[in-house]
Amino acid sequence: MALIETDQLEKKYEVGDSIVHALDNVSLQISAGEFVAVMGPSGSGKSTFMNVIGCLDVPTAGRYLLDGIDVGRMGRNALAEIRNQKIGFVFQGFNLLSRTTALENVEVPLLYSASTPKDHKNKGREALKLLGLEERQHHHPNQLSGGQQQRVAIARALVNDAPLILADEPTGNLDTKTSMEIMELFVRLNEEKKITIVLVTHEPDISTFSKRIIRFLDGKIVNDEDNKR
Amino acid sequence: MINVPSTVKISLRALRVNKMRSALTMLGIIIGVAAVITMLAVGRGASNKISEQIATVGSNLIIVLPGSTMASGIRLGSGASQNLTRADAEAIKNECSAVSTTAPILNGSAQIVYGNQNWATTVFGTDEGMLEVREWPLSSGRNFYEQEIRSGAKVCILGRTVVDNLFGNDDPLHKAIRIKKVPFVVIGVLESKGQSMMGQDQDDIIYVPVSTAQRNLFGRWFPGTVRSIMVKAESTEALERAEKQIKELLRQRHRIGPGQEDDFTVRNLTQMMQMAEQASNVMALLLAAIASVSLLVGGIGIMNIMLVSVTERTREIGIRMAVGAKSWDIRLQFIIEAVILSLIGGLIGVLLGILAAEFLSFFAGWTILISTYSVVLSFGFSGLVGIFFGFYPAYKASLMNPIDALRHE
Repeated sequence: MALIETDQLEKKYEVGDSIVHALDNVSLQISAGEFVAVMGPSGSGKSTFMNVIGCLDVPTAGRYLLDGIDVGRMGRNALAEIRNQKIGFVFQGFNLLSRTTALENVEVPLLYSASTPKDHKNKGREALKLLGLEERQHHHPNQLSGGQQQRVAIARALVNDAPLILADEPTGNLDTKTSMEIMELFVRLNEEKKITIVLVTHEPDISTFSKRIIRFLDGKIVNDEDNKR
Repeated sequence: MINVPSTVKISLRALRVNKMRSALTMLGIIIGVAAVITMLAVGRGASNKISEQIATVGSNLIIVLPGSTMASGIRLGSGASQNLTRADAEAIKNECSAVSTTAPILNGSAQIVYGNQNWATTVFGTDEGMLEVREWPLSSGRNFYEQEIRSGAKVCILGRTVVDNLFGNDDPLHKAIRIKKVPFVVIGVLESKGQSMMGQDQDDIIYVPVSTAQRNLFGRWFPGTVRSIMVKAESTEALERAEKQIKELLRQRHRIGPGQEDDFTVRNLTQMMQMAEQASNVMALLLAAIASVSLLVGGIGIMNIMLVSVTERTREIGIRMAVGAKSWDIRLQFIIEAVILSLIGGLIGVLLGILAAEFLSFFAGWTILISTYSVVLSFGFSGLVGIFFGFYPAYKASLMNPIDALRHE
């Protein structure tokens, strides 16, 4: 069964008098364990696609099944629960809570799940350890390098054992060497932990780490092919 | 599921990050709560003092005075005529059902001598009912016997001030003193009552049998007449009934026909003082109401800061929503922040208010009364202010769209 399945997904915005088709008839399937890169120029609809896939936004029309659940017509709070349980987000700007330690940042998703506070510390430490950051758990984001901050963000995405990680330009703010390290980390998570990864990028170098590349243009999928690494 | 302990933890951390701002926001609530506590303490202290004074005069008191007389076209003031008698007092005691006891009064000032000491004071001729009417216990000795009143025995009961001035440290019981050169034996000493509402020393007093006073001290009065009669009603509720009964009885005894004016005046002492007490209670409430306005202003301060805080932390809200915070989680976080602010402020305010009230009582000598009720009330109110003024900012935060919030710079 596909982890992500969309059927004629549409998203329209009204801008002044005109209607913008941010997503136009998008149908695709992504199976569990895939590593997909989503590419396209700005305004091509790839960000809207990620928002809908990430349950941050709802489509205007069409159907979206995440892990077999129809999430297209769910309310705010139900979507929040889905995000908490099924999806880990990694952003370009890291989006860590400043003035909060690395460990506490990683624990944030646990605050909104049904786990007990006792588990929080253990799960948080485990996730940081997996990314080689256990020494830095009491550091604040401004005491960490960009690569380290992004790794804290990845640990936060992993902490709830979500089957899906959505990464929006995760290397956009990093230098080339660190970018490669982060990408190798994603490959490792994909291969060892069988986590499905969907990654938005406009850099061809970055997309080469994926197994499949989907290209968007004007809200439509124009190309969808396997990538040989 | 809502996780309250961890939400409290998040809120506390957020408040700690902005220490200065949190402290200043709290200041509004601190001042408000402290003002309410102090005002209530001062107001309640004042009305309590009045109640105490009512108690020292004696509760449920009615005083009967003679009316005015007209002699050759000249009207003399109230109390000038000599038409109240001891028999009137007895009749009121025996015939009015709402009256528990009475005491006649025939008073005047006199010079008293003991050994080589002398002192001027007010001497009250009365009977054995006086101590009960004024609820005045003896510190030593005994009350008059009924027979002493009838026979005009030369015995007296002294107030504390008189004892201090004449006897110093000696025991006055069974000693002989001279009042207007007439020797009297001291049979009892009254406990101290302190100052009256008007600032008079209530202990500067001597009681003697009314018959003796008339015969040996204030001879110009007709035999059997008295200056006034003090009446104690059965209860506060019975006061008005007692007043009516006394009027009816005296009109009958003094043979006053219908349509004619009373030749006496009945005054309800307790009622007057209860009105004073009520007025001071109203005053206390008014002060507290004014003080609670500042609590309200403090609440608006909280709302203001929470709104700023929500805008400032838009990105944080976006992150929390992205990783699974529901609307209610966000709302709860900000409401708890507001409530923690106002409760800590409330707690400091309670302490400060108590301190301020004690300060007033210590340095300005005001009577204060800090009641548990006023502490609980103002502390609880500060919590409610937090919930009320925290709700709108929290609601605003919970309605944010996570995508826009994440993009917010």
